[in-house]
Amino acid sequence: MLSRYRYLAAACLAVALCVPALAQTTLRVVKHSDLKIVDPIWTTAYITRDHGYMIYDTLFATDGGGQVKPQMIDKYELSPDKLTWTMTLRDGLLWHDGTPVTAEDCVASIRRWGAKDAMGQKMMSFVKDMPVVDARTFRILLSAPTGLVLTALGKPSSNVPFMMPKRVAATDPNTQISDYTGSGPFVFKTDEWKPGDKAVYVKFDKYKPRAEPSSGLAGGKVAKVDRVEWRVFADQQTAVNALVAGEIDFIEQPSHDLLPILRKDPNIKLVDWNPLGNQYAFRFNATAKPFDNAKIRQAVVYALNQEDFLQAVIGDKQYYKPCKALFVCGTPLASDKGMDGLIESNFAKSQALLKEAGYDGTPIVLLHSTDLQVLTNLAPVAKQLLEKGGFKVDMQSMDWQSVVARRAKKDPPTQGGWHAMLTSWVSADILNPVSTAFLNASCDKAPFGWPCDAEMEKLRDDFARETDPAKQKAIAEAVQVRWTQYPTHVHLGQWYQPGAARKNIDGVVVAPASVFWNISKTGK
Amino acid sequence: MLAYIAKRLLATIPVMALVAVFVFALLRLTPGDPAAIIAGSAATTQDVAAIRVKLGLDQPLVAQFLVWLGNMARGDFGESFFFKKTVASLVADRIEPTLMLSLTTMTLSIAIAVPLGVLAAYRQGTWIDRIVMGFSVLGFSVPVFVIGYLLIYVFAIELNWLPVQGYQSLRDGVAGCLLRLVLPSLTLSVIYVALIARITRTSVLEVLGEDYIRTARAKGLAERVVLTRHALRNAAVPIVTVIGIGVALLIGGVVVTESVFSIPGLGRLTVDAVLARDYPTVQAVILLFSFAYVLVNLLVDVSYTALDPRIGY
Repeated sequence: MLSRYRYLAAACLAVALCVPALAQTTLRVVKHSDLKIVDPIWTTAYITRDHGYMIYDTLFATDGGGQVKPQMIDKYELSPDKLTWTMTLRDGLLWHDGTPVTAEDCVASIRRWGAKDAMGQKMMSFVKDMPVVDARTFRILLSAPTGLVLTALGKPSSNVPFMMPKRVAATDPNTQISDYTGSGPFVFKTDEWKPGDKAVYVKFDKYKPRAEPSSGLAGGKVAKVDRVEWRVFADQQTAVNALVAGEIDFIEQPSHDLLPILRKDPNIKLVDWNPLGNQYAFRFNATAKPFDNAKIRQAVVYALNQEDFLQAVIGDKQYYKPCKALFVCGTPLASDKGMDGLIESNFAKSQALLKEAGYDGTPIVLLHSTDLQVLTNLAPVAKQLLEKGGFKVDMQSMDWQSVVARRAKKDPPTQGGWHAMLTSWVSADILNPVSTAFLNASCDKAPFGWPCDAEMEKLRDDFARETDPAKQKAIAEAVQVRWTQYPTHVHLGQWYQPGAARKNIDGVVVAPASVFWNISKTGK
Repeated sequence: MLAYIAKRLLATIPVMALVAVFVFALLRLTPGDPAAIIAGSAATTQDVAAIRVKLGLDQPLVAQFLVWLGNMARGDFGESFFFKKTVASLVADRIEPTLMLSLTTMTLSIAIAVPLGVLAAYRQGTWIDRIVMGFSVLGFSVPVFVIGYLLIYVFAIELNWLPVQGYQSLRDGVAGCLLRLVLPSLTLSVIYVALIARITRTSVLEVLGEDYIRTARAKGLAERVVLTRHALRNAAVPIVTVIGIGVALLIGGVVVTESVFSIPGLGRLTVDAVLARDYPTVQAVILLFSFAYVLVNLLVDVSYTALDPRIGY
């Protein structure tokens, strides 16, 4: 008997020695920022949005072709009167604690998101009720037809309508959640989260991906690594050195001046994971004289041009594109309508408009942020172009957080307020008139800058109500034409920032947010 | 002696109170609004105002200060505006890397600088002296981050002997921890070696001219004993003083080194908190640094009694 057990033990040992130990694969990533806030409904910060994509799932998602596709949803239909959506969840969806995802969870999650997100608020203004039909089915009852439902529920960027358990979604939208249970392909390891150092995610073994291949933020979300570590690097050069040395696997957004080093390394490849890129914007404070005068804002539109800004910051033509379309070149609503002659630095026209408008020489207080590499050079270019266009400019330099604080103030520009500032949007946030925050012209309810134009708001409302894509496009063009008459901001071109990965990394998803399903890692 | 230590510790209370007032006021006076940062780009004025109320930033400054002071007296340093963690836990997470980096840096610096300084003094005017002093000037002149990048390039990228970045906790292995501290400690120690070597040389030179050194040599003592037991011992007071000052400088140097080598320490936490206007975290960390500095000064003063029996309290 004893000898039989000895043989068995020896056999097991032999097998164990022959079969190589299954090592855990860890993907080590340097993100663009440190993960501080972990509630993607409470904040619009992109790092938190990306965190959301790791651990949560969405009812719908935008695929690689820009189309909204079902994700957690199995079946959905709209009633003939366009007032009732019926949505049924896929079978077998589980939360990270093993409990099933239910329709009640989804309804609660939509309500929480709809209370915070601008597009969600617009969608919810059409919603009468959301009754639960059974464990996996719910309805959205509308007071009027709207084309917003799928667009909003499948929106790719902040705030993304992530689904959470009902108990979590019941949290006041103005209070951060403290329970990070999701149903996404990864689980957040709160015990290993060290803000300022790293955030850790592990594969959720019970995640049920869709059968289709991954496409954009839609399709099958198959986690091909066991563990993902988001590392924080205060210094870009250190991150690049670590990538070269093989200590990390992927840098999400290396700065443009380091791309030549990365391109030369035989073990590294550049990955254009966000081909839609970003868009620079010059924002007016429409409440501060002289920018309360639309004609003077039009003068700015004539004084500026896109190429100068893009050259000054990005430099390499490979990574930028002038684009006059308000709604991002290469997307369904992009159009050049009404843009002839605009944003081409026609200084004579700018000066003529200033004279017509009675510009009295008030210096434009232009906020200049000094510590973000992708923004630093914008204000000096703006100053030069505005001065050539006939403006007097008082450029005030400060760190980005000071800019953020100051732009929230409505004080007179000479007493701590501002006239203008420059920033950048991820293109996924500005694909249509409703989601583009800078087109919100609802006066005090608009984001900083506070433009106030009833006609713009009517057009945005028309867009929200329209269900026909061709008519939506016509409305988007009308918004653009209205913008030329009532500029709320000036779009200054598109720019791109590829990621850098070790060559043993495959399957990086091309999407407006950097996500880590579908990515595999082989060897070192 | 114990009475002296007790008196000095009691004296830290008004010092810390002054630091508390200063850091609180300075933070509130600098431009920036944590509520606007938290609210984000698409926020309305109402959103920002609501967050200010939630964070208590709408209260009068005096009220905010008293609340903070009262909480601190109970050991509650508050919650970070951004991390949704208590400041105490944030600091606890970050203190080990900074302590380890500081300890290894000062140990390395003293171990290299003191013998170099003594040697330079002993061989005054020779090529050894000139090399040591030349290195000292270089150490003061080259910025810490330049040294860091150079060391990374040579030892981590080209030779692949050492890791580029990161920190491993002692809990996860002493060897791994120390390996990752080699380059950062070397980087940071350059300036301290320069400083301490220079002061050591000057102090030892002064002492070498004293009568008791001549007597010690006349007694037939070995030169090594003369230099260590007599010269260095009597020159120690200013050297220890400078080492104490070096600890204060270390706090500033640690920030840059932690950034270059991606070490998640208190230095980086401070910079991140300042940039984010995370008032509770900045306030707590500055107070902690101030207290540490006061303690170090006390230790330096107490050490004088061990080094020079003529000094008593």
